[in-house]
Amino acid sequence: MTDHTEYRVTALRDGTVIDHLPPGMALKALEFIGHEGGNIVTVGMYLDSRKYGKKDLIKLENKELNEAEIAKIAILGPHTTLAIIRDYRVVAKVAVNIGDEIAAVATCPNPTCITNHDDLRTRFHVMNRHPLRVRCHYCERVVTEAELEVT
Amino acid sequence: MHELFKDIDQDRARSFKGRDIISPLDFEKDEILFLLDVARRFETFREPVLPGCILAALFFEPSTRTRLSFESAIQRLGGSVLGFADKGVSSVAKGETLYDTIRVVEAYCDAIVIRHPLEGSARVAAESTERPVINGGDGANQHPTQTLLDLYTIRKEKDRIDGLRIGFLGDLKYGRAVHSLVDTLCHFDVEMKLISPKTLRLPAQLREKLDSVGISFSEHEEILPAAAGLDILYTTRIQKERFPDLLDYERVKSVYQVDRTILPEVGEELTIMHPLPRVTEISPDLDDYPRAAYFRQSANGVTVRRALLALVLGGIL
Ligand SMILES: [Zn+2]
Repeated sequence: MTDHTEYRVTALRDGTVIDHLPPGMALKALEFIGHEGGNIVTVGMYLDSRKYGKKDLIKLENKELNEAEIAKIAILGPHTTLAIIRDYRVVAKVAVNIGDEIAAVATCPNPTCITNHDDLRTRFHVMNRHPLRVRCHYCERVVTEAELEVT
Repeated sequence: MHELFKDIDQDRARSFKGRDIISPLDFEKDEILFLLDVARRFETFREPVLPGCILAALFFEPSTRTRLSFESAIQRLGGSVLGFADKGVSSVAKGETLYDTIRVVEAYCDAIVIRHPLEGSARVAAESTERPVINGGDGANQHPTQTLLDLYTIRKEKDRIDGLRIGFLGDLKYGRAVHSLVDTLCHFDVEMKLISPKTLRLPAQLREKLDSVGISFSEHEEILPAAAGLDILYTTRIQKERFPDLLDYERVKSVYQVDRTILPEVGEELTIMHPLPRVTEISPDLDDYPRAAYFRQSANGVTVRRALLALVLGGIL
């Protein structure tokens, strides 16, 4: 938490900081993970980043992400980091990497793919990470990041 | 173990028992060559090695040719077939999921062949049961037994695959048979000529794959002179419904009519293939041309399917 821009937003006692999201992606990320309950959510967009020029950042009070949520966040960009905060301290950093497979968190854009007809857990084999290119395990269609709809 | 199969790779033969045949992408080159080799032995092997075996043929969309070919194959192996030829008579018409259908049908049979209009359906079927599942065509995606019989035909007609110059003619954009065959030929050292109207070019993804594996190819709009010097011309039907403008269709339809007039131009070696049914792409006047291979190609389908069924049901172990 050394990045200067982070001090512009509320300090977090317990929760999660999602940092280095690609600029403009914070609202999309928030859509994936939801934000119900009365907990504070701080969103920073187009913050200056020494490493990447611009970035988005989200602070979630009293919330730790589950695996499915992390998998969805991973799809948004290659540099995203997750820090779990307890009592104002970073107690864990979680890697936000796309694995060899993206499962259950995105729908196939092919309307005649069986996964859009029967109630099935989707699976995509990752062919390339950045830019993201995956192959649907079922219809075998190659899908780009823009076409992949995260649910 | 029959004499004819004594010298095949036994471990590999065992590895096919219970295996699903869903997509050519699932198979390594060695496995494809193994399948072709076993199929070749089935040319002369006529024994009913699967007595009492039941094949369930689930045809959620009609495909008479594929269905009859599988029925012939299992019956020649001494087994029998049950199933349906059209979704209208199955409980899917009543909204049953594919998973449920397969779970019910698996109790009736030893292996399943499925033809379904949705892409990925065969994979779902395979994941729903321990029984071997063979994909008989899943929408626009794959039709692996067609691909294998095409490769088998190429090798049988030419005694090899490596080193051949292969042309593809017609609808290269939507043609599933072409996509699977082009994709599978990426394992081999071949040269390709892609002949199609501009609007029906081979998809960029496949062209990129050809580039990445180092297969040299060129694109053409006219049959001649592109087809001159080829070893194989794989022709396909251009489907009228693909064209937004019917005038475009009429124009290309007549351009891609292969008949005897091209023979003096194309050289002695040209073998003509077609997955059938043909409409106007190949004139009947070519049927008695010795290298018109499309009916032999179709007949090879039964041989290849006999070999596949025997392998996945352990009939030659
Ligand atoms: Zn799909």
